[in-house]
Amino acid sequence: MGVFLLKQVFSDNVNYIQILDENGVIDESLRPKEIDDKELVEMYKKMFLARQYDAKQLSLQRQGRAVTYAPLIGEEATQIGSAMAMRPNDMFVPAFRQHGVYITRGMPLETLFIYWRGYEEGDAVPKDVRGYSNIVPVSTQMPHAVGIAYAQKYKKNDVAVISYIGDGGTSEGDFYEALNFAGVFKVPLVSIIENNQWAISVPREKQSAAPTLAQKAIAAGIRGVQVDGNDVLAVYEATREAIENAKNGPTVIECITYRLSIHTTADDPTKYRTDSEVEAWKQRDPLLRVKKYLMAKQLWGEDLEQKAASENAKLLDEAVEKAEQFKPDPKTMFTNVYSYMPRVLQDELDAAEDNNYWQGE
Amino acid sequence: MQANMVTAINNALELGMRENEDVILLGEDIAKDGGVFRVTEGLLDKFGEERVIDTPLAESGIIGTSIGMAIAGLHPVPEIQFAGFMFLSFSQLVNHAARYRSRSRSNYPVPMVVRTPVSGGVKTLEHHSESPEVYYSHMGGLIVVEPSNPYDAKGLMLKALHMQDPVIFLEPTKLYRLTKLDIPEDSYEVPIGKANIIGTGDDLSVITYGTMVPIAKSVIEKRKLNADIIDLRTINPFDEEAILESARKTGRVVILHEASLTFGPGAEIAARIAEKAVFDLKAPIVRVASNSLPYPFPGYEKYHIPNELKLSQAIDRVLTA
Repeated sequence: MGVFLLKQVFSDNVNYIQILDENGVIDESLRPKEIDDKELVEMYKKMFLARQYDAKQLSLQRQGRAVTYAPLIGEEATQIGSAMAMRPNDMFVPAFRQHGVYITRGMPLETLFIYWRGYEEGDAVPKDVRGYSNIVPVSTQMPHAVGIAYAQKYKKNDVAVISYIGDGGTSEGDFYEALNFAGVFKVPLVSIIENNQWAISVPREKQSAAPTLAQKAIAAGIRGVQVDGNDVLAVYEATREAIENAKNGPTVIECITYRLSIHTTADDPTKYRTDSEVEAWKQRDPLLRVKKYLMAKQLWGEDLEQKAASENAKLLDEAVEKAEQFKPDPKTMFTNVYSYMPRVLQDELDAAEDNNYWQGE
Repeated sequence: MQANMVTAINNALELGMRENEDVILLGEDIAKDGGVFRVTEGLLDKFGEERVIDTPLAESGIIGTSIGMAIAGLHPVPEIQFAGFMFLSFSQLVNHAARYRSRSRSNYPVPMVVRTPVSGGVKTLEHHSESPEVYYSHMGGLIVVEPSNPYDAKGLMLKALHMQDPVIFLEPTKLYRLTKLDIPEDSYEVPIGKANIIGTGDDLSVITYGTMVPIAKSVIEKRKLNADIIDLRTINPFDEEAILESARKTGRVVILHEASLTFGPGAEIAARIAEKAVFDLKAPIVRVASNSLPYPFPGYEKYHIPNELKLSQAIDRVLTA
């Protein structure tokens, strides 16, 4: 080891941010100035809606009314905190679990339900949502986020791009390539790592020997910070500051959160993790601490929660009803492949229509 | 203007960039160095480093970033230095370039032209001589083109730059500087999805593209045959009409390509002819292709790629059957 200690050429560190602790106490010196108590109630309502949406989607799947679903429960603060920090024109690039981001950015709920019924029409994100489609192959959305951010810089738009990836995703090559490109190009990218401790069955410590995932930014020459991902104020403030700084270059924000439920509806976590671990994380529930704070201030109570629950239920039921009325048209599979209809594809479409293949079993 | 394929593509890129400021070039060594084959030479000086970008060395990053640019409204033209290295970006191409339009129901098309040098015959190191066209043709969603001459190269590039689709633009290394042609100085398009029928004859049809076009021409000329040489130009979605029309007319078909025989483009073309024109055939279809094995080191490549003798014997077989 001797020669390794001769001369230090580089050092850096990773800081940790928490503003609202598990007991519902806010460090007022760090509190984002835009988030007064009234705004915090709004944040809570969004997280509450996301959780209720999640339960609805899960129940639809269990009833055979939706395809495989990836629940978000436990990760509401990371998703809603970062989404609420986005300015109206900022854009986001999700992986496949960011339903809370979509909801906060105004994605019609029925569109989400259509996606999880298994139709591309549910992935056709309306332009005004300022977000992109769900990306299933892990980490492959990261280079896209760099390119989207490059386009904003090139067009001199004051727009930051907020991307999402899980802890497992940070092991992929595309993650490193994307951060490296982002550093070299100095693009306005905010890369949120939604570290929920589990990549299906593989725990965080088996994903990387690095003590933090935020430090992966350092190798790319960009800023990295770690926040309590169950603290909606910390996530908000870190994201807001990264967006404010985006014109100077990218930031990585590692949000320490927890996947309270299954990876997807095809997963059984009892095979690989203990109930006591899950119970411990339930004490750090991202909604619970906001509720504690708001109740102590008498800004929230069980009556308001009941009222919110029934309002949400109505919204969700209406959206499900609309989504279930959606009539898929197999022809759209053919008409959305190219900007024109190639003859060879037209022939396949004609054959299907002329011979009623779609009526067959 | 007199142009070989390198200068023709360079000229097309310059015109495309002048027409549309959303066109951006990116890749390894493409800016200052002008690309290892000099295809992008001079464009950095003309358009600046925001539009002609030397990227870090990472193929998936290059293609993934380009896809991001495309779905954000730019029209990127990434270069992958050699087709053998493009497999590192295969995930991005098949999972995203090919699918983003479809998954977003056309909200987010992917206007992009991926340039890469392909095929062999120039004695390069391992991984510099691949003919990967079928990989990009199979899943749908990508357009795969391969010019065989400077005129088509310029016109296909400009056409690709005018489309809102991901186009895989394969440039045969061997043909880069093989011939010079007089081509129009202004912008023009060569249609995508349309074959070029060179020569017209009743004896036989030779269906080919890319590096094999000069070989087909040479054999047909030397043997003074009346043949249709069909230069596909677009591998996918291909010009089935032109293929069937010629097959029905001549009844004798040779399919010639540098990609390997097994599951090669010839398999698809032969199957289409078999399905739709078999009763017009006077002889079994013959395919001439490289061997069904990994592309060899340069010392062995002349035993691998189809040559004039192999084509000539195949022609004998279809003419005498």
